Amino acid sequence: MTASENLSVRRPASDYPPGRAAFPHRHLLGIAGLQPWEIEFLLDEAEQWVDMNRQASKHDDRLAGLTLINAFFENSTRTLLSFEIAGKRLGADVVNMHAAQSSVKKGETLIDTAVTLNAMRADAIVIRHASSGAVQLIADKVGCPVLNAGDGTHEHPTQALLDALTIRRRKGKIAGLRVAICGDILHSRVARSNMICLSTLGAEVRVAGPPALMPPAVESMGGTPCRNFAQALDGADVVMMLRLQNERMQGQFIPSPREFRHLYGLTDARLAMARPDALVMHPGPMNRGIEIDSHIADNVERSGITDQVEMGVAMRMACLDVLTRRARGVEGWA
Amino acid sequence: MSKLPTRPLTIVNGRLVLPTGLADQAEPVPGALRIIGDRIAEVGAVTPGPDDDIHDAKGALIAPGLVDLGVFAIDLPAFHFGGISRAALMPDQNPALDHPARVRFAAYSGKPDFWVHPLAAATRDLAGSEMAEIGLMQEAGARAVATGRRWIVDTGVMHRLMQYCAMLDLPLIVHSQDHGLSGNAVATAGEMATRLGLPQAPAEAESIAIARDLALVRMTGARVHFRQVTTRAGLALIRAAKAEGLTVTAGITPAHLFLSDVALGGFRTFARLSPPLRCEDDRQAAIEAVGDGTIDVIASGHDPRGPEDKRLPFADSQPGMAGAETLLPLSLGLVRDGVIGTQRLFDLIAANPARILGVEAGALRCGFEADVVLVDADRPWQVDSAKMAASAGNTPFDKLPVQGRCVALFKGGRLVDQIKG
Repeated sequence: MTASENLSVRRPASDYPPGRAAFPHRHLLGIAGLQPWEIEFLLDEAEQWVDMNRQASKHDDRLAGLTLINAFFENSTRTLLSFEIAGKRLGADVVNMHAAQSSVKKGETLIDTAVTLNAMRADAIVIRHASSGAVQLIADKVGCPVLNAGDGTHEHPTQALLDALTIRRRKGKIAGLRVAICGDILHSRVARSNMICLSTLGAEVRVAGPPALMPPAVESMGGTPCRNFAQALDGADVVMMLRLQNERMQGQFIPSPREFRHLYGLTDARLAMARPDALVMHPGPMNRGIEIDSHIADNVERSGITDQVEMGVAMRMACLDVLTRRARGVEGWA
Repeated sequence: MSKLPTRPLTIVNGRLVLPTGLADQAEPVPGALRIIGDRIAEVGAVTPGPDDDIHDAKGALIAPGLVDLGVFAIDLPAFHFGGISRAALMPDQNPALDHPARVRFAAYSGKPDFWVHPLAAATRDLAGSEMAEIGLMQEAGARAVATGRRWIVDTGVMHRLMQYCAMLDLPLIVHSQDHGLSGNAVATAGEMATRLGLPQAPAEAESIAIARDLALVRMTGARVHFRQVTTRAGLALIRAAKAEGLTVTAGITPAHLFLSDVALGGFRTFARLSPPLRCEDDRQAAIEAVGDGTIDVIASGHDPRGPEDKRLPFADSQPGMAGAETLLPLSLGLVRDGVIGTQRLFDLIAANPARILGVEAGALRCGFEADVVLVDADRPWQVDSAKMAASAGNTPFDKLPVQGRCVALFKGGRLVDQIKG
């Protein structure tokens, strides 16, 4: 790990309001609506899990006896695995439900599925769904905390939190940094959550992408739209590339993947426009050779991509811990 | 079914809402109304005959029963609650109203307490490619032709359709959303749609569609009613077309007059409509267009949808709202806000739709069908999605306190609905 990671930015617990007031939300459905200190509280909580996850024995029993259900209505490998590992390292009983194996295929409605999961007395439910708003719909019907693991093109809050944690550990801070988010903004829940999260924490967030893949009014989420990639990259401390989401595109948004690379792929020449120490990030899975060149993705000095995966587990452990404190009767949280 | 009236009926002690142009004053005048058989016989300073039945309006407005131009379901309790005595049924039924037999069946489906005016599907199965048997459906009782929820993509088909409707002198009711731009969108492009991550289409999808159809009206002379015009740009086109003398009319629903896309917050599927709710500026433009006469019709767009259609993720839910009960009170808000007078309001919700459909109703005129609603314009009540008369409670106005309630409804001179107290 790089030297900059040793910078301690973690704040003492006394900086936060006591107990539940530090994070008074029942669910984690999105970054929108979170206060900056609530985000920082979650980041600080995650630090201990980063440390533990690097030890030989990676186990804690605080969620022992609790049942965590990962209900994934959309295919996922890394997020599902990340939540599963996070739950298991905290001692929870983790059950994964894949849409492909569920009665969703038989026509059961989302609400019925939610009610069923609730009746099985889950203590926390992690949901991924292809439709924006689906996670909130379920959260309104169940009695336990719900964590949004990505809903359509709306939000992916744990991804934004783990990205913030990665940046904070690599750069020592977030406020004042210039972050470029590039690519398919329109179809990206990661871009939305990150724009809100990083701008809330004081970063300058620039967004760029082909016009058809840029939604209107990104300013309302704290992003500054750029006319081209170069403008976004200029002087950037962090370059966050997004996956071209062909599966979400209805109709043709770009002429071809290779033309996308020509205009918006992260190449050496483009990376040179950013600051010399700029951190390269990607939420994965990558389309190597399209939005990002392989040797940039694999350059450990510049790329934070594997850090992001590592931080993901710690960040999700922190979220599961914090959101179940009320049910576990933790002092000050009950 | 109540007995056919044998004696004349006089409704006394009310305030008459007369059609604009006929009345000396813009606001209702005290008076009475005499009905003989199923027709209006006398209006104004009427003295009841010795054998008349008397109905005391107790100071309520005596107004024409509402004519709802463009509903998706026949839902009698909701229509009666809302003071609606006739509705034009959209062809978007299952199966579509694209066959004379279905049109004939639909035309009889509400009688005698309610009249349904079926709108003939413009194209077979509303697919937008082959013209349906419009002439035979006219013979079967269709009062107008409609493209349904969809825009007709093929300009050649639309051109021939307008020529045909012009020949039959049937109005054509169109939906205006450019298909290529709107695609699978469920929200208007803007901050709300971006923040919620919903498929979005620019508001210009409407004005582009209207511009094409206006060009075709100029070519064919067809009478075209744009069922919902909801954007500033679209309304400007209609305003200009009317100034030019084109035979066009425009409508809207209260949702687009009183809600903007902010109502989508929290992914509330009751606010999922087609066309989608617009930005605040477009909403303001719609209010202005009601005031300056660009908009001719306010309709409910009544489309009751149960949880199986609405309790879903936003983009997966079906568009539409149950609007029959709230049409009158929400529209009366335009009067209270000083946008229009009471009589002009009833032009928008009764006289104009009746004129477009070519039926002798929608106004308190001697010889017209005695469809009369008594309205307590100040009576307060609260919209409650859980307690609606409609077959489903999908209203985006849930929990809204409103004023104005139909207290009695006469269809063809017979009392079909009344509330006590």
